[in-house]
Amino acid sequence: MIGLQHYLVVSAILFTMGVLGIFINRKNIIIILMAIELILLAVNINLVAFSAFLGDLVGQVFAMFVLTVAAGEAAIGLAILVIYFRGRGSIAVDDVNRMKG
Amino acid sequence: MSIASSILLTLPEVILSVSAIVLMLVAAYAGDKATRVVNGVAVAALFAAFLSLGQEGVAFDGLYSADAFANFAKPLIYLAAGVSILLSTRFFATEDRLRAEYSVLILLATVGMGMMVSATNLLTLYVGLELQSLAAYVLASFMRKDQRSAEAGLKYFVLGALASGILLYGISLLYGFSGTTDYHGVAEALANGVNTGELFGIVFVLAGLSFKIAAVPFHMWTPDVYEGAPTPVTAYFGSAPKVAAVALLVRVTIEAMGSAVTSWQQILIFTSLASIILGAFGAIGQTNIKRLLAYSSINNVGFVLVGLAAGTQDGVSATMTYMVIYVLMTLGSFACVLQMRAADGRHVEDIASLAGLSRRQPALAAAIAIFMFSLAGIPPLLGFWAKFVVFDAAVAAGLMPLAVIGIAASTIGAFYYLKIVKIMYFDEPAEAYHPVGSYVESGVIALTALAVSPLGYLAIPMLGAASAAAAKALF
Repeated sequence: MIGLQHYLVVSAILFTMGVLGIFINRKNIIIILMAIELILLAVNINLVAFSAFLGDLVGQVFAMFVLTVAAGEAAIGLAILVIYFRGRGSIAVDDVNRMKG
Repeated sequence: MSIASSILLTLPEVILSVSAIVLMLVAAYAGDKATRVVNGVAVAALFAAFLSLGQEGVAFDGLYSADAFANFAKPLIYLAAGVSILLSTRFFATEDRLRAEYSVLILLATVGMGMMVSATNLLTLYVGLELQSLAAYVLASFMRKDQRSAEAGLKYFVLGALASGILLYGISLLYGFSGTTDYHGVAEALANGVNTGELFGIVFVLAGLSFKIAAVPFHMWTPDVYEGAPTPVTAYFGSAPKVAAVALLVRVTIEAMGSAVTSWQQILIFTSLASIILGAFGAIGQTNIKRLLAYSSINNVGFVLVGLAAGTQDGVSATMTYMVIYVLMTLGSFACVLQMRAADGRHVEDIASLAGLSRRQPALAAAIAIFMFSLAGIPPLLGFWAKFVVFDAAVAAGLMPLAVIGIAASTIGAFYYLKIVKIMYFDEPAEAYHPVGSYVESGVIALTALAVSPLGYLAIPMLGAASAAAAKALF
């Protein structure tokens, strides 16, 4: 029987992978965008699992909101990436160093 | 509660969103010729939204609350948004990047901030925060031909999205373990003891919000974004989103987590001290004035959190007083940064170019000196009062060590503020600045300098009463 804990564990693993994907990845900014999506999907699994467990619809409504906002976020992220690429001709993470920090 | 009365309560947001949509269409059809008109209408819309404030009540079945606290924070947000629109016209005209979308984006971000301040449900919190963030990412990369601006936008986006993700994960845990997304419902659940899941939720939510207010250890993006973003946008980032995020943090900690003070108090004490100390030391070696002001803002957020860490009604009131004074100082300092132009008309940001300013432009030098002394918290300027009230609240709440370390670290911070004053008044004059000749900018500098000067103390009784009323609404 698959219970709430299983969903929470999967979601925690996905979330950790997303966060690590942002920090460990040294190659490509697109991978960072994918890692961000992974984090949001982990949250959605959490919300839907809790919603089913509690018998409360709010979690599923929340998941719909997260999906919508994630789409907008990806659009803006890619747009910024495009203007960045136009200026620099590269999207390697190590090249993002025009300012120190 | 009918739909009509709910919409009436959210009137400020409705006005701002409708005008943002209409202005977007105007910008699309009329093009960039209409920029000045669009900017004017946007400022008028902000003023109209300000006039429509003042109602109190709960809208949309507890998703949104218009109360004294929201009515205190919103005028401050609208003021910062209006000033950053006014400051933008001359700057972008000089940089050949006058675009009509600018004020539309500012308006949309302002709607988001209004939602953040009024949110009494984790769902509204998230939607408001994202509306603000998404507009802010675009604003940071607004000078898209400038590589620094694009890089600032990219860094802000990646770290901001990560922060939203962390915040959301915390929200999902709080929802799952308390069974509701309503602030008061969460507070009731936490009152019966905090279990591990809820504790994780609290920690994740606070971490996500620390990103948004740029508190240590989640401050890394601040210097880069402040440096790379166009100066009017930086002025905006330094003021309005900070007010909104601090107000949001106050409401979440007090209204939703108020019954679990011990769980979050240590976290806030740590971030507050770390921000004060790192903000003070990080600024010392900076050569770019915008980076220096970024570290100064990290430092100031530390002082703001001192008030909140007290967790008392006086502490919240002190926090809100601090925000008012901080916004005035920030807007004034960035208006001064806009005056820094090399002889060929380019905007410069080197602190070295300020050398000997007192002999070239005594009025500007005096204004910068006032802002620096005030940020350092030296009496009789208003910045002293801001620090005084937060430390007073912390001591009253029994947080003596926090207050002592905070005051000691604030003297370190005074070093770099005074260094700028020294460069302006005692160094050999550098090359003269290109005259700016904008009445709007001079007016902003003069008014904010006057407000943080000792004359500002005349407004203290009024400000104190208003922030006390705002704090009372949360308890």
